[in-house]
Amino acid sequence: MKKQQTGQPMNRVDGRLKVTGGAKYFADHQPADMQYAALVCSTISCGAIASINTTKALRAPGVADIVSHLNAPPVPGYKKTNPGDKNGLQIFRDNRIYSNGQPVAIVVANTMERAVYAASLVEVQYNQETHYTNMEASMDKAFQNNRMKDYSRGEINAWQKAPVTHSAQYTIPLEVHNPMELAGIIAHWTSPDTLTLYAKTQGVKSVQETIQELFEIPEQNITVHSRFVGGAFGMALRVWPLEIATILAAKKIRKPVKLVITREQMFTLVGYRPNSSQTISMGATADGKLTGITHEAVAITSPYEDFTEGIVAMTKFMYDCPNVNTRYQLVPLNMSTPIWMRGPGEATGSFALESAIDELSYKLKIDPLQLRILNHADTDPERNLPFSSKYLKEAYQIGAEKIGWSSRNPAPRSMQENGMLAGYGMSSGTFGAYRGKATVSAILKADGTLTLQSAAADIGPGTATAMVQIAADVTGISPDKITFMLGESSFPYAPEQGGSATVSTVGSAVSDVCHTLLKELANLAISQVPAFKQTTPEQIIYEDGQLITADRQTKITHEALLQQQKLPEVKVTATSQGGEERKKYSMYSFSVHFAKVHVHPTTGVVRIQHIVSVADAGAIVNTKTARSQMIGGVVGGIGMALTEEAILDHRFGRFVNNNYADYHVPVNADTPPTDVYFVNKKDPYINPMGSKGLGEIALIGFAAAVSNAVFHATGIRVRDLPITPDKLLHITSTENTNT
Amino acid sequence: MNPFSYVRPNSLKAAIDAMARDHSARFIAGGTNLLDLMKNGVTLPEKLIDINQLPLREIRQDGNTLHIGALVLNSNLAAHELVKTQHPLLSEALLAGASQQLRNMATVGGNMMQRTRCSYFYDTSMPCNKRQPNSGCGAIGGINRMHAIFGASDNCIAVHPSDMCVALAALDATVLVAGPKGERRIPFTDFHRLPGNTPQLDNNLAKNELITAVEIPTHPFTKHICYLKVRDRASYAFALVSVAVAMDISDNVIRNIRIAMGGVAHKPWRLPDAEKALTGKAPTSDNFRLAANIAIQGAKTYAHNGFKKDLAFNSIQTALLKAATA
Repeated sequence: MKKQQTGQPMNRVDGRLKVTGGAKYFADHQPADMQYAALVCSTISCGAIASINTTKALRAPGVADIVSHLNAPPVPGYKKTNPGDKNGLQIFRDNRIYSNGQPVAIVVANTMERAVYAASLVEVQYNQETHYTNMEASMDKAFQNNRMKDYSRGEINAWQKAPVTHSAQYTIPLEVHNPMELAGIIAHWTSPDTLTLYAKTQGVKSVQETIQELFEIPEQNITVHSRFVGGAFGMALRVWPLEIATILAAKKIRKPVKLVITREQMFTLVGYRPNSSQTISMGATADGKLTGITHEAVAITSPYEDFTEGIVAMTKFMYDCPNVNTRYQLVPLNMSTPIWMRGPGEATGSFALESAIDELSYKLKIDPLQLRILNHADTDPERNLPFSSKYLKEAYQIGAEKIGWSSRNPAPRSMQENGMLAGYGMSSGTFGAYRGKATVSAILKADGTLTLQSAAADIGPGTATAMVQIAADVTGISPDKITFMLGESSFPYAPEQGGSATVSTVGSAVSDVCHTLLKELANLAISQVPAFKQTTPEQIIYEDGQLITADRQTKITHEALLQQQKLPEVKVTATSQGGEERKKYSMYSFSVHFAKVHVHPTTGVVRIQHIVSVADAGAIVNTKTARSQMIGGVVGGIGMALTEEAILDHRFGRFVNNNYADYHVPVNADTPPTDVYFVNKKDPYINPMGSKGLGEIALIGFAAAVSNAVFHATGIRVRDLPITPDKLLHITSTENTNT
Repeated sequence: MNPFSYVRPNSLKAAIDAMARDHSARFIAGGTNLLDLMKNGVTLPEKLIDINQLPLREIRQDGNTLHIGALVLNSNLAAHELVKTQHPLLSEALLAGASQQLRNMATVGGNMMQRTRCSYFYDTSMPCNKRQPNSGCGAIGGINRMHAIFGASDNCIAVHPSDMCVALAALDATVLVAGPKGERRIPFTDFHRLPGNTPQLDNNLAKNELITAVEIPTHPFTKHICYLKVRDRASYAFALVSVAVAMDISDNVIRNIRIAMGGVAHKPWRLPDAEKALTGKAPTSDNFRLAANIAIQGAKTYAHNGFKKDLAFNSIQTALLKAATA
C-alpha cells in the first residue's frame, strides 16, 4: 500500500531556502539601474496641501525626482468622483489630506539613504481643518453600510424578558498587523505600457487586476512576482496607495524604483484592525438555556471607504438561541482605511460574545464550558441548514481534558499557586470554511518529475508543502519529485491567500488537475501500451510514479511511458470550485481555546502559563505546518489579549507608539507552552481533501479565553483590551491605600 | 538621517579633541539609541566620533571599588563574576533591560546617555520642550501613561528609561568623566537631572566631556536584593515602574538599605526618606508598607498615569519583601 502523504508532518518544501537566506522576498530583487524611493507623509489629519517646496530636496545628492499631486503622471482609472470609489485613496490626485500619514510626495534617489534624507528636506505647508480621530467622541457620525444590514430572527431584544440577563460593553483598540517584513514594492516600466512588479502581496492576480483597472493596460503586460512573503496577516490583501505612488514614480523617471516603507509608516499605510466598541446583551432561563442575544457593534473606517467585516457574524449562528438581533455601524474618521487582520471581524466579535457567555455563566452558576454545551447549535440557526461537519463538542472535550478543567475551582479568585492568583478560562471560535475558484496546471516531465503551477500565495502557512502532499496522494508520485510553484501572475488563476481558504480552494484544484493528469496518462497507456489495452483509467493503480494494471502483473513508470512516446512532457490544466453542496450545508471551522493564567497579586501582571487550543478544521493536510499555524494564531491572540494597542493622540491624530519597542507584539517570554490538538475528522462535503480552514480560527476567540481566565483568577472583569497591569492593579491597591 | 562624517580616534585625548573642534558632533559607542534618534531626525550630528577603539572595556577591582569601563557591554557586565557575586542588584537590573540583542551592543556609558522614550520627543511634528525648547510639552495634555510622577516640571514629564541606572543610583556609584580640562568625578545620583526649566539637558555632563568609567564601592548588599520591573510585555518593554532594593539584615534588623525607582522620574529616583524610615527597623510587612507610603508622598499624576502611584506603592512593598526573604 502506498503511504498517504496528507496528514503527515512533512517538512516545509521551502524551509531550507527560508532559513539559509535563499528565499528572495520582494525587496531582495535588484533590477539593473534600480532607484530607491522614500515617502513624505502628511503631518496633519485633515485639510489640504497649501504648498510643497522641493527646492532643497532636489538639490540633495543623488535625487532623481520628486513626485506629488503637482506633477504625478495621470492614473487613467481614477474615477473623478469619490476619492475612494473603488481602489481606495487616489494617491496624488489632488491636494486633499484625509488622514495623518497620508503620502504627499515620493522622493526618488540613487540610494535608499539619499532618498530618505532628501525626503526629510521636502517642506510641506498645509491648510489645516478640524479632524476627527476619536470614535467615542464621533458617535454622531455612525452610519450603517448596505453590506451589513440589521439582522434578526425571532423577537428583537428578547433577552430583556429573560430571568437571568447580562449586558455589557466590550472595547478593542486599534491593532496593527506588524509582520516582520515591511510593505513596499519594486515597479519597473519596461515599456510605456508594460509593467513588472515585485510585490509583497497575498494575491498576485488581484494586484494584476487592480493595476489593469487603474492604468488601463492589457493584463498580459502586467507581470507580478511575489514568491515569498515575510508575513502579512491581511495587510497585503489589496494594492495600497504606497504601491501606486511607486508605480507612478517609476513611470515618471523610466527606471525601476524600489520602495520599502518604515515601521512607523506601517501604522498608517497598510490598514489595521479597526478599534471597536460592542455591546452584547443576553438572557437565559435559570437552567441556562439562551433565550435572546442582542449584539451591537461600532467600528471605525476611513473618510473615503466603508470597511466592513464579520464582527457580528458569529453571534448569529454560534448558539442555539431563538431570538437574535444584531446591528453593525461604522464611524468614518480621519484615518486610513482598515483591512482584515487575522481572524477579521470574528476575532473582534468573539471577544465580546465569548466574554459575555462567560459572564452569564457566573450569573447562572453554571460552568462556562457546560453553558456552551447546553446551548450548542446542532444545526445552523441562522441559515436553517445542517453543518457540513461540526465536531465542536469533541473539541471542547479534548481541550477540557488536556488543560485539566476539572481541577478548576469554579469560584473566582479561589486558586493560588506560588503566591500568584491562578485562573482557568476558555472560549470558542468559528470562521466560515470557504472554497473559491482556482486553476492549476500540472506538467509531468519525461524524467518523472511533476511541476504544479498556480498564482497562489504563501504568506507563511506552507502552501506549497500542503499542495505537494495533496498531489502526491492523488498521483502516487513521491513528494520529492513534485514541485508546487506559486506567486507569479503568469501562472493560472488563484485567489488571494485570505479567509483561510487556500488549502480548500487551491488544494481542490491540485486534486482535480492531478486526477486529470492521471486520466491523460491512463489514456496514453491504454492506447499505446499493449498490456493496458483492455483496461480503463479507473481500473489502473497509480503508485510510486507508475501505472499498474489491476492484476498488478504489468507496471510502467511515468518516465518510461513518456519516453516511449517521445513526449518531453504532459501538461494539463484544471479549474475547480465548490458546487451545490455549499447551498445544502453550512460550512464552518471551529476552535476551542483554553488558557491558564497567573496574575501577580500586587502588580497586576498577567502571565499565561499554559494554552490548549483545539481545532475542528476537517482533515489536516500537514500536522506540522498546521500546528505552527495554530501557534502563530495563538501568539497573535496573546497580543490581542494582553499587549497590543496602537495609541493615538487625538489632538494631532498621530500615533504615539508606532514602533516595535512601544507597540507590543508578544515576545517569546510572553508565550507559554502551547498544546495544539486537532479533531482531524474529514468534512464529507467541502472539498476532496475534507479540509476546512485553519488560519483564522487559530486566533478567533483566544482573547476571551485569556480575559475569562483573568476573571477567574482575580474576580476582575476586563472588557477593554489589552489587559495591561494597570487594569488589574486595584486587586489589592485599593484596600491598601484605603487603610 | 542626515549626511555626517565619521572619525574613529584611538585615544581618549583624540576623542575629546575631536569633540572640541565640532560641537555638533556626537560620540557613538553601541549606537542603540543614537541611531534611532538620527533616523527620526531628533538628533542631526554632522560628525560621529566612534569611541569603540578607546581602552575603556575593563572591569577590575581596585581595593574597595569595582571599576567598570564605559565601553563595557551591558551583557558582559551582567554576566561578569565580580558583578554577579558582589553587585547582584546591578546584574538583575541589566538583565531586565532591553533585549539580549540590544544588551550585546549597548555600553555602560551609552546606557547612561540614552534619552527618554517619550513619543513626543521622537516625533518631530509634535511639540516637545526637550527636543525643541519652548515648543511645549506634548505629553502633559496628551498621552502620558508612561510618564513621570516624581520631579517633573511644567516643561517636561518624561522619564529616564534605563534599568541599569536605577541599580547604579541605589548602589552609590560614581561616574568618572574626562574632558578638555581633565577628569572629574560625579556622584551617580547627581549625574542625571530633573527637567525644571531646562528639559533639553538630561544630565550634568558637559558637551565635550566623555564618560570613561563607573565605580561602585564595596558594600554588604550581596544577598538581600531585588530588582522588580513591572512592564506591559515580559521582555523588551520599558518599565511602568521598577524598584531596586538592596539591604543588609542581621538579627532581624535592617542595618543598611538602598531603594531606588525607575520609570517614575526624569532620573533614577532614590528614596532617601524611605531608606531612613527602614534603617534600624525590622523587615516586616508593616514597616515596608510605611516606607512605601513615605515613598509615594509628593507623587503627581496626569491623565493616564494615575495608576503609577498605586503601582509604585505596591511594587516597593513587593520588592522589599522579596529582598528581605531572599
